[in-house]
Amino acid sequence: MTSPQPRAAGPKTLARVDPRSRILAAVGFSVIVALCHRPAALGVGLAAGVAAVGLAGLRPGEVLRRLAPLELLMLLLVVVLPWTASGATIAIGPFDVSQHGLALAAAIAVKGNAIMLALLGLLGTMDEIRLGHALLHLRVPDKLAHLLLFTVRYLGVLRDEHCRLTDAMRVRGFRPGPNRHTCQTYGYLVGMLLARGFDRTERIAAAMKCRGFRGRFYLLDHFVFSRIDVPFAAATVGVIAAIVFLEWT
Amino acid sequence: MHIAEAILPNPENPAAGLVILGAGWALTAVGTAIGLRRLDHEQIPRVAVFSAAFFVVSLIHFPIGPVSVHLVLNGLMGLLLGWAAFPALLVALLLQAVLFQYGGLTTLGINTLAMAAPAVACHYLFGPLVRGARPRTALAGAAAAGATGMLLAGLIVAAALLAAGEAFVWLSQLSLAVHAVLAVLEAAVTVAAVHFLRLVRPELLRAPLDAPRRLEVSRG
Repeated sequence: MTSPQPRAAGPKTLARVDPRSRILAAVGFSVIVALCHRPAALGVGLAAGVAAVGLAGLRPGEVLRRLAPLELLMLLLVVVLPWTASGATIAIGPFDVSQHGLALAAAIAVKGNAIMLALLGLLGTMDEIRLGHALLHLRVPDKLAHLLLFTVRYLGVLRDEHCRLTDAMRVRGFRPGPNRHTCQTYGYLVGMLLARGFDRTERIAAAMKCRGFRGRFYLLDHFVFSRIDVPFAAATVGVIAAIVFLEWT
Repeated sequence: MHIAEAILPNPENPAAGLVILGAGWALTAVGTAIGLRRLDHEQIPRVAVFSAAFFVVSLIHFPIGPVSVHLVLNGLMGLLLGWAAFPALLVALLLQAVLFQYGGLTTLGINTLAMAAPAVACHYLFGPLVRGARPRTALAGAAAAGATGMLLAGLIVAAALLAAGEAFVWLSQLSLAVHAVLAVLEAAVTVAAVHFLRLVRPELLRAPLDAPRRLEVSRG
């Protein structure tokens, strides 16, 4: 299965950290950073996000490519919010823009980047199967974790099917446009994707049953809290404590 | 469309943002629990097919002038899955956040709710029509489901953004406009997909989670 996951280039320090700690750290960090809005706290958050990506060994170019959709939205906010928010205005060149809007846009941009960088570093580089197993270990309802594991398994199957079908469409000269024909073609494409995907996945399920699959996965990876987890946990707690201190005192 | 991470809670009105995020998570948890309780272990792989399909469908882009929008098809998901749309969409959106950095973790609850609640509504409102014997009413039901799924999702997202503070009024209007355009497209695509499934694989439309196996049509 082809994975959309980024390849790490540098030393993958974070990859050796227990996946359960990484999930807990990502959740805790996201919630805390989402709640704060003071510049100092957000600055620490952004630094921590950059550190997470660095420790995961991701190349800067790869990180920028991954964050492109987020940055597009942030750019929109930075351009529009200074004009729409109310309050005192300051002059930038010939324009009078809302000081409050400008601050708000900057805070959101920093916050969004901090959280997404941390998410990318902590979870984006984790094998999805490990993610599922770690969630099972964290007592997520087992049906939900199984659903995640099967979805990951079938993603590749359906993506291949999608590529095959769109290649076939392109060979026949299909060009999407805002018209009825495109809607109908896409509808048939989705129908075909579901029908074929269903058949293929049923065969996978049958093959798994042949090999003794009884509806649940046995957890073979037992993660252990190892030596590297101690500094990781300490750093996470330290960052979160620093953010809480800077925000709420 | 997703509510991106960091938009909520807005410092202008942090309480409202927290209530929205919390309510999104709480209602998503309830919906997911109901959806999971109705599934047995045998059906999980079949729900996963739709979860993965939802993910892949979002890769289909529809060009409108200089921009392009991607299909969502939560109405179709609701027609096929009912309450199972909640866990299916939760998993798909979690994977999108982790793999593609769309949406986010704190907004996962409200984003799942915005997609899955309309899906369940479509299931109850239009499911019987679409599964009925008459082709015309079935296709009308499909169109209504495609449009309703998107419009309701747009309303939930817009309401969440409106409540977050006046700075986001324009964003909620923009999101509503995008959803309205998408509603038209989704209605047309859903009609074609339902038409296709009625002809080619009616049992998938009737009871997707209990459809008989068709292993004999294997190819490749």
